Amino acid sequence: MPLLAEFKRRLFRWQSDGTAPLRLGQRRIFILPTRAGLLFAAALLAMLTGAINYNLALGHALVFLLAGLALVGMVHAFRNLYGLTIAPGRCLPVFAGDLALFPLQLSSDRAAPRLALELCAGDGQPAVTCAVAAHGLTDTSVPMTTTRRGWLELPRTRLSTTYPLGLFVAWSYLQPAMRCLVYPQPLPTPLPPLQAATRAGDQRGANGQEDFSGFRERQPADSPRHVAWKASARDGGQRPLLVKQFAGGAQHELRLDWDLTPEAAAPEARIAVLAGWVLAAEEDGACYGLRLPGHEIPAASGDLHRHRCLEALALFPA
Amino acid sequence: MSTRPAEALDRGAAPWLFAAALATTLPHAEHQPLWLSALTAAILAWAGWLWWRNERLPGRWPLILLVAVACGGVLFEFRTLFGRDAGVAMLVVFMAMKLLELRSRRDAIVVVTLGYFLLLTHYFYSQSIPTGAWLLATMTLVTATLIRLHGGAASTPMATLRYAGLLTLQAIPFMLALYLLFPRIAGPLWGLPQDAHAGRSGLSETMAPGNIANLALSGEIAFRVRFAEAPPPRGRLYWRGPVLENYDGRTWRPQPGRLRPPQIEAQSPALAYETTLEAHQQRWLLALDAPGMLPADLTLDSTLTATSRLPITQRQRFSLTAILDYRFNRNEDQPVLRRNLALPGNANPRSRELAESWRQADPDPERLVQKALTLFSGASFTYTLQPPLLGEHPVDDFLFVTQRGFCEHYASAFVVLMRAAGVPARVVTGYQGGEANPVDGFIVVRQSDAHAWAEVWFAGRGWTRIDPTAAVSPTRVESGIVAAMPAGEPLPALIQLRANWLRTLQFRWEAINNAWNQYVLGYNPERQREFLSRLGLPNPDWRNLAAILAIICGTLLLAITAWALYQRPRLDPAARLWQKALRRLARRQVNCAPWETPLAFARRLEHERPALAPAVREVANAYLQARYSRFPDDLTKLRAAIARLP
Repeated sequence: MPLLAEFKRRLFRWQSDGTAPLRLGQRRIFILPTRAGLLFAAALLAMLTGAINYNLALGHALVFLLAGLALVGMVHAFRNLYGLTIAPGRCLPVFAGDLALFPLQLSSDRAAPRLALELCAGDGQPAVTCAVAAHGLTDTSVPMTTTRRGWLELPRTRLSTTYPLGLFVAWSYLQPAMRCLVYPQPLPTPLPPLQAATRAGDQRGANGQEDFSGFRERQPADSPRHVAWKASARDGGQRPLLVKQFAGGAQHELRLDWDLTPEAAAPEARIAVLAGWVLAAEEDGACYGLRLPGHEIPAASGDLHRHRCLEALALFPA
Repeated sequence: MSTRPAEALDRGAAPWLFAAALATTLPHAEHQPLWLSALTAAILAWAGWLWWRNERLPGRWPLILLVAVACGGVLFEFRTLFGRDAGVAMLVVFMAMKLLELRSRRDAIVVVTLGYFLLLTHYFYSQSIPTGAWLLATMTLVTATLIRLHGGAASTPMATLRYAGLLTLQAIPFMLALYLLFPRIAGPLWGLPQDAHAGRSGLSETMAPGNIANLALSGEIAFRVRFAEAPPPRGRLYWRGPVLENYDGRTWRPQPGRLRPPQIEAQSPALAYETTLEAHQQRWLLALDAPGMLPADLTLDSTLTATSRLPITQRQRFSLTAILDYRFNRNEDQPVLRRNLALPGNANPRSRELAESWRQADPDPERLVQKALTLFSGASFTYTLQPPLLGEHPVDDFLFVTQRGFCEHYASAFVVLMRAAGVPARVVTGYQGGEANPVDGFIVVRQSDAHAWAEVWFAGRGWTRIDPTAAVSPTRVESGIVAAMPAGEPLPALIQLRANWLRTLQFRWEAINNAWNQYVLGYNPERQREFLSRLGLPNPDWRNLAAILAIICGTLLLAITAWALYQRPRLDPAARLWQKALRRLARRQVNCAPWETPLAFARRLEHERPALAPAVREVANAYLQARYSRFPDDLTKLRAAIARLP
């Protein structure tokens, strides 16, 4: 079995390091008849029998023309893939349970469009169909369902087409080196109480989340999470979007600690609780830090910080 | 489980499917019962309406009801659900009904497969050139539908049709190879249903007044002949069909049963010719009088009619010979002579009386024949396609009252007179004449050339042909029916063409048709053997043929694959040279990333591979110079720089 696996690895390997674009050559493309192709062959056989039985000269001609059409269709299915260039893109992290999307850029330098290209990351995974225009570029993503946190490698992906006639399927296996970070699935849980401020003198009220100080107009750099959607909805979207402003949020610090999660729960459940807290804290615009056994992220806020926290949770050894 | 996106049928595919269904079923309307065409049209219209209004397709029960109605109707009309016509009718209805349950792509593929199948059924009814052309176009349309189904909305109508045309064109070489070399089997493989060869006209086995006149209205071709040498004059072209000896007072019938073989003494050399007979569902051939040597599968019956073992159910070629001057059965059996003197009890008393009076005046058979012919050539007899109806004694009515008739009237009356006068005589049916097509030299004999004449037995001379029509209207025999008929007779338009250019056009068209029939439709196992032996394969078995076919189809496939692989290089020469340089560097484990400019690449190498860097920098500079400078066509420097790469 290892020999077969090695053979498969060599046969379907991505060129060079797995990040450069790949151009599909004839050795990577495989062809087999589809079920419709077999039905077609059976119909041709029946038609040939009829033509012989009733001695129809043109019936023979029609059957032979259709047989030729099927053969030509086979070459054209192959041609639909041949010379297609596939460049891997960068994956955005997703939460476990969501669809991970592995972006690929397909480009064609042929004068005819390539239609009905189907990408599928394996059995049971959703398929996606796309087309590439003549001398065109198309961005598409291979979807994959996610169940576990951590890195999700793109498995061997099947790029197939039955275009133009559907009698033959031509396919190729792609295995670009692509991985997607899967955040743990968050469990919505009330936030732990605010910790004592780390910096003395900043201690004010106990509830930093309530330090709402007003609205201002949204700047492009503002996170969508801070938009006051309800306030904006009230005026029917006539005015520019407003952003909630919090006063003194920076002074209050939320320590999201592994030890604060229920000790009785399984480690995965505790990670889920922490992930839920990270989301809630970021939503509230709080300044929060994350502490895991053997790993600590100092308090901060913002998208990048949120990503760092979730990444740490995603990659936390179980 | 939800439908995969590729399996759902988009709305825009439906018009293609409707067009394909319409194009494949519409020509069948010509020969199908009206109710069936109406039902099909109604179903199609309903399906189209539902699509237009974007309404739900009917459920299972309405469809089952429709199937039941259609099956019942077909069963009532054809008395069977199988067989040729009933089968075609069922296919047509199913095609229309499938459009009522177009839900997924699989349904659509069934429609397309049915469409291909329906194309075949058209050949049951016609295999002419226009049918072939129409079906080629329809096939392209059905293929375009298939392409549209798989390409989805992204394939625009014009592009789809063009693509289908391209595929069809590329498939034609395969078709030609398979058509010529696929081992042919002579059908049928099993007993054909009763209606396999229905609806073809031709000479019938009996003759009653009006039979042949009806045939004369048809311009259809009965057979085509090509003589090895110069053809005999038209007046001598008597194509012998069934000989009718039994007369019941109205209808002439052949004598059943086989009798002793005929004896022919040839008095002129045999004339070789080849005839291509259209299917007429009878066993007799129409050989030039009198037939000489026959091929093995044909026999000559006692009345000198060439007969095939099986009915001629398809267009067939025969190589025959003819003896124009002959003596036939000089020693005839007495029972045969007696049979050819018999007349039914009391029919036609006046004619018999007349013949009796002739015989009493002069019993010499030859002079009796002359007397009868003189009677017909009298001014009162008219040759016409529209004879009046005849009463209880048809010959009496014809001879003494109406005196207007077509060849069967004259032949019949003549034989009755001869028998009454004691001269053995019988009716011969067949064709007379034929028209030489100057384009390809074939002589074309049409249904309108159908004819009836008489044969009289003289002691010492045997059976001798007498054509009483020639006495009434000599032009009928010399120049054909169009010249013989007075203006205003209802002749078919096709044979009536008198304008010269139209005539030429018709000759051309028929010559093309004949070539089509001879070489395309007539490509049977024998022709294939002939063709292969001319290629140097005298006796190929199917294994050799399969090997040759595999080689040819493989070569064709390779050629098309090569076309598919070939992509016109779209790089300019400088870029091509740069790519070449990169390929050479790749062999030394130096790769230029796709986003790297040539200069960046060279710079990177300066600290990664210092040994290579100067040469690469030189190449990069020369490339940029060649590609982007104001005088970009100087490639020599770039070539030289690449040559210096290690």
